Amino acid sequence: MLKVNNVTKRFGGLVAVSSVDLEVNEQEIVSLIGPNGAGKTTLFAMVAGFLKADEGRIDFKNASVLGMKPHQICQLGMVRTFQITQPFAGLTTLQNIMVGAYSNTSDTDLARTKAEEVAEVVGMTSLLNQGADGLTVAGRKRLELARALATDPKLLLLDEVMAGLNPTEIDDIVKVIKGIRDRGVTIFLIEHVMKAVMNLSDRTYVLNDGKLIASGTPSSVAENPQVIEAYLGHGAAEAMAEGG
Amino acid sequence: MTNFRNHLYFLFMGALALIILPYFISSRFYIDVLTLIFFTAYLGQSWNILGGYAGQFSFGGVMFFGTGAYVSSILLTTFGFPPIFGIFLAILGGAFLGLIVGYMSFRSGLRGSYFALITLAFAELLRVLANSVEFTGGGVGLFLTYAPGLSNLQFETPVGFYYFALILMFISIAIVYWLERSRFGAQLVAIRENEDAAEALGINTLKCKIYAIMIMGAMGGAAGTFYAQKYLYLDPPIAYSIHLSVEMLLVTIVGGMGTIFGPLVGAFVLHTVNEIARHFIDTPGLSLIVYGLILIVIIGYLPNGLIGAFKKKEKKSDSTSLDKKTSREDP
Amino acid sequence: MISASLSMLPAAIINGLMYGAIYALVALGLTLIYGVLHIINFAHGAMLMLALYAAFFLFHLFNIDPYVSILIVTPCAGIFGYMIYRYGIGPLAKGKDQNILLITLGLSIIIENGALFFFSGDQQTVNLSYGFEAFDLGFMYLSYPKVISFFAALLMCAVLWAAMSLTDMGRAIRAVAKERQGARLVGINVERIFAVTFGIGIACLGAAGCMMLPIFYVDPYTGNIFVLVAFTIVVLGGMGSVVGALVGGFIIGITESVGGLLLGESLGQIGISLIFILILIFRPTGLFGSKV
Repeated sequence: MLKVNNVTKRFGGLVAVSSVDLEVNEQEIVSLIGPNGAGKTTLFAMVAGFLKADEGRIDFKNASVLGMKPHQICQLGMVRTFQITQPFAGLTTLQNIMVGAYSNTSDTDLARTKAEEVAEVVGMTSLLNQGADGLTVAGRKRLELARALATDPKLLLLDEVMAGLNPTEIDDIVKVIKGIRDRGVTIFLIEHVMKAVMNLSDRTYVLNDGKLIASGTPSSVAENPQVIEAYLGHGAAEAMAEGG
Repeated sequence: MTNFRNHLYFLFMGALALIILPYFISSRFYIDVLTLIFFTAYLGQSWNILGGYAGQFSFGGVMFFGTGAYVSSILLTTFGFPPIFGIFLAILGGAFLGLIVGYMSFRSGLRGSYFALITLAFAELLRVLANSVEFTGGGVGLFLTYAPGLSNLQFETPVGFYYFALILMFISIAIVYWLERSRFGAQLVAIRENEDAAEALGINTLKCKIYAIMIMGAMGGAAGTFYAQKYLYLDPPIAYSIHLSVEMLLVTIVGGMGTIFGPLVGAFVLHTVNEIARHFIDTPGLSLIVYGLILIVIIGYLPNGLIGAFKKKEKKSDSTSLDKKTSREDP
Repeated sequence: MISASLSMLPAAIINGLMYGAIYALVALGLTLIYGVLHIINFAHGAMLMLALYAAFFLFHLFNIDPYVSILIVTPCAGIFGYMIYRYGIGPLAKGKDQNILLITLGLSIIIENGALFFFSGDQQTVNLSYGFEAFDLGFMYLSYPKVISFFAALLMCAVLWAAMSLTDMGRAIRAVAKERQGARLVGINVERIFAVTFGIGIACLGAAGCMMLPIFYVDPYTGNIFVLVAFTIVVLGGMGSVVGALVGGFIIGITESVGGLLLGESLGQIGISLIFILILIFRPTGLFGSKV
């Protein structure tokens, strides 16, 4: 569904993303992991249209989305959430989600119904009339998710949707995400919470310093020495192997 | 639901009261004051759509007013084109100007203060142009002949203009009422609250902002024709004066940005203040000093205007209103 | 007609340069305020008008030459600016960009109409004893006040530049402009720096007003004229750039002068709003500004 081919992004002298290839197939849950500053969010931003790639191709459903504006990409069926939540602070939860729903209908009642449905899926029904600025971190993350879901996406890009959540909240949201996939949505997520990554994803890509250093099933990637070094530092893989 | 019915009932009674009011007031003066209040509320509402709902503050709103006034007045003086049709061309002219200014400004990504300033520059540009060109009458201006009649949108008594202004105001309220319940309105508010998030959720923010400014322009254009036909004289300083730009935003902010009745409440309050100030000391400038003070006080302490402050007192119930809640700055 | 205009071109350019220096001083204050506080002071024009009035009254009531008044008005303006920010703008604005724009707008309304209320709408000028004497340059006469103002403005800019580069306060200000949080971490009282910078910006206006009075006039609406001019210079030169304010000041001064010459009194004014619009659309960072 999503094909990223040889994509590179430079900021002045800094190469944030370097010749990255990856793909996400229908109904998969694919994760993108890597140390901080590896370029993950930059990659997301390019895929969703917020940044322009300097080189490479990005194809969604076999058509190039390079150079398209984010709202056009959303209309095509690919939606992103933001690492730092971006709620419509002055509006209620319901109104927030409705904005997402409006992308597919211009009828207010239909949008409201859709928003209520989505809120149910995500578990926010009790919070519908709450002002978005009064939500907890977990609430905001869910709202971010709900809003994106309300646009009826084919591919959902989740950027660290679990950051800042406690273990119970993480378990909850993992269930929600699985439920979303079961409803036919493909999911591509950036995540730091390893437990969730292992549980959720079918496949994983690992990014370090802008380059792809590993890909495969989560368990195979976890044993990859390069990946270990990327997280724990040079020589860590050897040290671990020696330690047994 | 009963809350809504109550609201509708009050609205209806209020509208009725305004309609029959002239039969109870014989003073020309008060009719004129009310007319001016409706006029200002109407213009404020046009600013409200772009500023209060879409969050783009314009400091140059007068340009639509002035351009509309010139369009219908030039058509009248040069071709004898009756203002009752001319007003529609003024509306088109205002909308077209909104399209140009909006496209140039928003396409370049101008936001916030930069956008406010560029609208100021556009208004100034138009003032200089109007002053230098012959067909606008240049610095001398345009004189319109007194010829009361509906086709001229001129009326013998102030009551005629009272109803003209009242109709405009009702239309403006209807527009915003529709806006609040429509997808377009929700999209504008989303843009106001968080433009990037709005874009990510499929909203064509450029298109929406341009539509909003075009509506503002269209409304301003009609106001221009109204003014021209009432006062029968137009020149560049009148047509493009910053004072009107300021008054538009002032009444809306004071009354409550992003609310249906904000501009009307604001217009009532400010004009009342004006009359009271003039009653005590009739020196020019005093009432405007008070306006400036009110603006600062409102921004500092009541950013949601008078209506916002009033709403906060009410319980937070199932509200479908789209005005901006006071939110503290994010860390 | 054209040949007559062109022959006056050198004079127009010189004239533009003379005014340009003062415009630069006005813009310097504005760009400083923007560069450090990141706020757009909409009341800048109105405050310039106050400075003009201050110089005017010092001349009419106490017979103090405007150029001498610089020594009085500048520090007073600085203190005034400091107070206004410290006790007014700072606390009220609560850090929101559009709030500050509206508050300074409100301030400009109050100041402009306060002037109207107290001083009446009449235009006021001063007549200096040496006001009509001039240097004969051959192709034009250059009045004494114009020349004095020109050099006074340049001197002021130089003084400001030196203060910013060489004093501790100047360094602190530049630190806050570059990296607000970092400056806070090193112990700099950022709020105080804001107030001081605002004060300096208004002090520039104090000086500029004194320099401007002998070659111009003042009425309550003078401020309005200069709002757009000041902003155009700052945007042209680049928000926060001192060099930009100088260069921009000269460019705008010349544009205004030559524009008036070639296009006539009325249409000549169009140059400024056009430049402003074009820069904002095509090169918002200006000539010397940094990308935000």
